[in-house]
Amino acid sequence: MSTTAAPEQDNFSRSAARQLLGLGAAALVGIVLLLLGLSWASKLTASGSISTDAVDVATNTLTLFLREEPPQLDSSRSTDQVSGMVLGHVSEGLLRYDEHNHLAPGVAKDWEINEQGAIFHLRDNALWSDGEPVTADDFVFAWRLALDPKTASEYAFILYPIKNAEAVNKGELPLQALGVRAVDDHTLAVEFEMPIAYFDKLVAFSTYNPIRQDFYEATNGSYGSDVDTLLYNGPFVISRWVHGANLLMEKNPDYWDADRIKLDALDFAYITSDATATLNLFKDKKIAYATLGAENLNNAMEQGWDIFRFMDGSVFFIEFNHREGRPTRNLNLRKAMFYAQDSSELVYKVTKLPGYLPGESLFPVWLQGVHTFFRQEYPAPEATLDLEKARHHLELAKQELGVAEIPPLVLLTGDNPVSNVQSEYYQQVFRKNLGLTLKIDKQIFKQRLAKMLSGEFDMVLAGWGPDYDDPLTFGDLFASWNLNNRGRYQNPELDRLVRLAQTSQDPQERMDAFGAIQQLVIDEVVIIPNYERGITYVTHPQMRGMVRRAVGPDPDFTSAYIAP
Amino acid sequence: MWQYTVKRLIQGVITVWFIATATFFAMHSVPGDPLANDKAVSAEIRANLEAKYGLDKPLSEQYLIYMRNILQGDFGISFTQKNRSVNDIIAEHFPISAILGILAVVFAGMGGVLWGALTALYRNRLPDVIIMFLVILGISVPSFVVAAISQLALVNLNDLLGFSLLPVAGWGTVWHMLVPSMVLGLGTMAYLTRLMRSSMLEIVNSDFIRTAKAKGLPASRVFTSHQMRNAILPVVTVLGPSIAAITTGGFVVELVFAIPGLGRYFVQAVQQLDYTVIMGTTVFYGAFLVFMVIVVDLLYGYIDPRVRLE
Repeated sequence: MSTTAAPEQDNFSRSAARQLLGLGAAALVGIVLLLLGLSWASKLTASGSISTDAVDVATNTLTLFLREEPPQLDSSRSTDQVSGMVLGHVSEGLLRYDEHNHLAPGVAKDWEINEQGAIFHLRDNALWSDGEPVTADDFVFAWRLALDPKTASEYAFILYPIKNAEAVNKGELPLQALGVRAVDDHTLAVEFEMPIAYFDKLVAFSTYNPIRQDFYEATNGSYGSDVDTLLYNGPFVISRWVHGANLLMEKNPDYWDADRIKLDALDFAYITSDATATLNLFKDKKIAYATLGAENLNNAMEQGWDIFRFMDGSVFFIEFNHREGRPTRNLNLRKAMFYAQDSSELVYKVTKLPGYLPGESLFPVWLQGVHTFFRQEYPAPEATLDLEKARHHLELAKQELGVAEIPPLVLLTGDNPVSNVQSEYYQQVFRKNLGLTLKIDKQIFKQRLAKMLSGEFDMVLAGWGPDYDDPLTFGDLFASWNLNNRGRYQNPELDRLVRLAQTSQDPQERMDAFGAIQQLVIDEVVIIPNYERGITYVTHPQMRGMVRRAVGPDPDFTSAYIAP
Repeated sequence: MWQYTVKRLIQGVITVWFIATATFFAMHSVPGDPLANDKAVSAEIRANLEAKYGLDKPLSEQYLIYMRNILQGDFGISFTQKNRSVNDIIAEHFPISAILGILAVVFAGMGGVLWGALTALYRNRLPDVIIMFLVILGISVPSFVVAAISQLALVNLNDLLGFSLLPVAGWGTVWHMLVPSMVLGLGTMAYLTRLMRSSMLEIVNSDFIRTAKAKGLPASRVFTSHQMRNAILPVVTVLGPSIAAITTGGFVVELVFAIPGLGRYFVQAVQQLDYTVIMGTTVFYGAFLVFMVIVVDLLYGYIDPRVRLE
């Protein structure tokens, strides 16, 4: 019995294996057929350029990626950086930033600004993509739209220097009361609420971009949500937009300065926030630049790629809660913590992120002063780790608060990898150096914001990015009336300095005010600066002229070109 | 049969209603403010935003309004993709997830059945040992690791060849689908292989196999018509839910391969508390899952005549 079973079993196996092989072959054929069917179906769902190279000399096109789908291309309501970047390429305001990050004429060919208001003279060859001229009325409409309470624009505040803007936005005055009017088609007159020295820098912001009324109304509430519901007046037009997949910009032949634009097309062929994926695409020569993280910097150096870095403009800090009843309202406690930490240790030894700078001031290094960089004219206050001083202030704090031990402090933080490391670092440093207990309250983005607003924290890991190219975008952050002053810090002297910087027309006087604010913020330990964010990135050797900037559309490809 | 189908459909509708209700109230009790953003807004703008999204009304009223809108097939406007309706988002991105998912399920199903049968056939011999080792790997390695590794492998392969054999990321042609769908289906394929193997081994000793052999049927016929056909039943059972799981669970794969599927929107919506998109995608996916389970139950009756649908 046992002697015959084995060959029988083998026969069975062989025959069954043949059967399986047949089934496998059938499955393969089935899959190929299915693929053909799906290939046909996918043409219906997404079209797009496929596998083009990072730089294409023949079509004069760059292939690039977007970090996310632009959420809002309606300039009156957009708030985010990706939308701002796209808008910076396909639309243009009165002024724009040039390749050296200086203000340059946009739709306005020249302008006059005085204490009462401003006059902008628009060029007559600025056209919309349907051939109509861009007129002063388009600006009046856009600004009223952004301030209309019904629009509920989150960036309406940036228009507040215009006369009656705040009242219009609150619904206290009709839209027509706004201090802007079209004198004629090519003259725009603006009245100010109070004197303002940096209005030229504000109008470069995309909320100030023109929107044409008849077109806006014809889109029936879907303005900016698709290729054909947006009107263009910038260097490029969007000619294809497959949501979530890709976005193609082509050179706008009707742009008034079309000669300046060297590329024929920008193909944002991939939309992904995955850093490894973008780096793989770069490695495969499919996209012309990619951002590096700490984990792949070494890899990039080994590959011999061109590595660049720039400061993206944001500063990060520990913000204290200055509300009544919080221990952190005590100046000596804040000073104790200030002297017990060292931001350079955080940046160089703990987070070790390429391109980051230790935080020393509320004002980042790239801001311009009167003649050169602000931080060169007004160096950040000296700050060194000084444990003796720190413990001295801690003793004073305990006496003033009438406690033997400082109660545990709540450190509110976000849930990203950097703030994890950062919060654990401070927890450890303050325990070791001061014997303080920090309770880390880690929250998702929206909940962290909600808690910041309601004041449920003692300290919070916060940050701030600039809206316009003037130190005031940082300087007014802790003014008592600023809604973004989440710790509710109040100081009449700081308020006075901010008002001075807002209204003064004398550049030296304004910068002196910012210098004083910088000193006050450190002396009073309103915040403990942590770091300034830097970004390292790699570019294709043939791509030239890509501009990175802290304020305005970034990255900017309007002056980019392909080297042969 | 018809009666059974109608009964199941009614049950399905109730299930979906329950999912929608539970999600609605769970979502509103999650801490966090959907309208909060980096820059604080004044009380007036805040009030206008709330009015725009209907958040100014009491929760019970919001619920009734929402249910009425769902019945009319209107999921509302996204909070983050500001001028896009949730219906548009689903209509545009679900087909992409579906294509990817179908392909992944086909890979998983065919692969699972074939590998499972093969391992059962060569039980405890070399092919079995090798395949079962790979199966353990496939089950235990998470898809984001597999996705990242296979993408890197593609880059190196293209680099080695000097031309792009397969695209590294993106969407649009069959070549873009191949690797992501295999990555997406890998875990399920491994799971199904195990299932098929144990099912095959269970059946090989049953009476009807012995009978079939005894009455002199050719070995191949016994193997495919009797053994495999009966062993496949448990695989079909889990296939339905796994179609839904694969189609809805492609978030990581979609992110790594830059594929504009619905999974990405689903996960991002939860992270950003985009209420309308959370509701729209959950209700849609819920309905889809319920539907797939019903389809599988009906299929079951077809494959196994012993199951009566009543």
